[in-house]
Amino acid sequence: MEQILKILDIEGVRLAVGLLAVFLFVVVNALILTWAERKVAGHMQLRIGPKEVGPYGLIQPLADAMKLLGKEIITPRNVDKPIFYLGPIMIFIPVLVAFVVIPFDSYLQVRDINVGILVILAFSSFTVLSILMAGWGSNNKYSLIGSIRSIAQSVAYEIPLLLSLLAVIMMTNSLSLKDVVVAQKGIWFIFLQPVAFIIYFIAAVAETNRTPFDLPEAESELVAGYHTEYSGMMFALFFLAEYTNMFIVSAITVTFFLGGYQGPFLPGIVWFLLKSYFLVFVMMWFRWTFPRVRFDQLLNISWKALIPLSFINLLVTGGLLKL
Amino acid sequence: MAESRTMTINMGPQHPATHGVLRVLLELDGENVAKSEPHIGYLHRGIEKLFESMTWRQGLPFTDRLDYTSGVSNNLAYCLAVEKLLDLNIPKRAQYLRVMMSELQRIAAHLLWLGTHALDLGAMTVLFYTFRERETAIEILELATGARITPSFIRIGGLADDIPDTFLPRLSAFIDELPQRIDDYETLLTNNPIWKRRTVGVTPMSAEDCINYGVTGPVLRASGVNYDVRKAYPYTGYEDFDFDIPLGKNGDVYDRYLVRLIEMRQSIRIIRQSIEKLPMGPIAAQDAPQVVPPDKKDVQTDIASLIRHFKIMQEGFEPPVGEAYASIESSKGELGFYVVSDGSNKPYRVRVRPPSFVNLGALPKMIDGALVADIVAAIGSIDIVLGEIDR
Repeated sequence: MEQILKILDIEGVRLAVGLLAVFLFVVVNALILTWAERKVAGHMQLRIGPKEVGPYGLIQPLADAMKLLGKEIITPRNVDKPIFYLGPIMIFIPVLVAFVVIPFDSYLQVRDINVGILVILAFSSFTVLSILMAGWGSNNKYSLIGSIRSIAQSVAYEIPLLLSLLAVIMMTNSLSLKDVVVAQKGIWFIFLQPVAFIIYFIAAVAETNRTPFDLPEAESELVAGYHTEYSGMMFALFFLAEYTNMFIVSAITVTFFLGGYQGPFLPGIVWFLLKSYFLVFVMMWFRWTFPRVRFDQLLNISWKALIPLSFINLLVTGGLLKL
Repeated sequence: MAESRTMTINMGPQHPATHGVLRVLLELDGENVAKSEPHIGYLHRGIEKLFESMTWRQGLPFTDRLDYTSGVSNNLAYCLAVEKLLDLNIPKRAQYLRVMMSELQRIAAHLLWLGTHALDLGAMTVLFYTFRERETAIEILELATGARITPSFIRIGGLADDIPDTFLPRLSAFIDELPQRIDDYETLLTNNPIWKRRTVGVTPMSAEDCINYGVTGPVLRASGVNYDVRKAYPYTGYEDFDFDIPLGKNGDVYDRYLVRLIEMRQSIRIIRQSIEKLPMGPIAAQDAPQVVPPDKKDVQTDIASLIRHFKIMQEGFEPPVGEAYASIESSKGELGFYVVSDGSNKPYRVRVRPPSFVNLGALPKMIDGALVADIVAAIGSIDIVLGEIDR
């Protein structure tokens, strides 16, 4: 064990092992989540979901992945080829970077950067870029509308997202995710910052384009939004990114508000995953219960409710801290 | 580049939310509709023309294929028109069974509408709940008619057969359970803030506009106009039943939703009364041996009945020269059949007045200036079935 840790301390090795682990985790996580989503949806809708392939249908996502791999990648006529192909690949950069700084356990963190949260937020804006590339490159009006919506949505929701985290950062005086977790040793920030937690979670659901905020891909209006024209593995990449994003925003919520990896009896990593997947479940719950909001209403919620509220929250936090 | 602020976009005919093969040509100014134009005809099967090559009896199964969400209502409207032409007396038992089945069909159609409408607005789970109840309703229909979607059970002169013994107990059990199920849907939608934001005040139609466009059914009643064929021109014994016509105020998507939910509860009331009042007796007109086929038992034992049976099956019957129009309140609105007879055993002309077709005509007015997302809500709230629009 000592030996392994020693080797791991070498910068290059640590990064390589970390990246490999992250990559594996992304794939496994997406497989589990697609299975979970279908099971959750099934049980909420009086169905049982997948059950034929493997025990409880657990191998179903693998079968789906195989099917998608075997499919022809169709390139529609007149698409902007470089942009069209780069879109689904680009969407993975922010995903991979975010994993680098998330503390899964007190020692399980690829790199503890002292501006960790900034890294995540800065890179998560990249998602918009790739959605824009997909929408623009597809040469399809539905895709374009979908991606335009996505940009407006991201711009609107990144502000409350940042402001709500800022309130926590004011309390911890550190941008490192590890410090945020350590600061919650006594009491979780969800109890000290309930407003920030609610704002963050709503904004996070919007950031991941999930129901009730799934407007960029609102199927009843825009067919499939920005990924209408993608097929086979290219489509699967968008899917993979969506599920990974769901996990990441849940992981950040856990880190900032639910005490991160801390918890009694069980090892930290177990607590961390339990909490994160519980939040992922809540997001699935939303998806299968709520109708979809309309676009103008979506922006109104952010600009008229969440942003003023998070500013007030920030002011109150600042005032109380000074007192 | 030409100076143009609008974007033309083609919604349908293959689109998840146009309920079939409706195509709407949209001119969008940003996300607002500047101009819209519905195009129909993708499901045209020439049913009205097909009637002319079939005997009066044989035309009946076509009617199921018009509004395939409420087959019984379509059968009923056609039969009423032909019966008017023939001047038949339908016995009370047959009339009450017709009422019972068309109300059950209305419930099934409204459940289908509620599920798909909620699905259009993003609430996917409601669909599965409403389909559970719709499935029960359809199974009960199947019990009597032998078919789920296309019963062709109501025949010219009465019914195809009497109901089986298990029919009434199952129907009672279903309508006893249904009010609570409707409450369940309401907990998911009626007071849901997102649902209200998506529907309250969305694509309203004033009472005046509705009348000008000839809109009927729940869409009209949501605008506050008290017109229901069941009350205004009672048919097949509706005058014997006690029920209310729900009315809306604002004529928006939300009111249309509420009106349909209350209609389902009223249908339950009607069914309950029809079960209580159901008299014994024949299930087809007794004074029309040339129209109503003889009893199967007689056909096997009596040569005269056998001959009559063959005459009706082979040649059909010949109504007097003339024309007749009969309309009913289907789940979508006023469904009318206009039949013309030239005295032969085949119709000279059958014309359908489908409620969906007329109601769809009001769509451009409804969605003028609305957002793209509202189009979906509006189409869903009209409750169109392309089968009866294109025919």
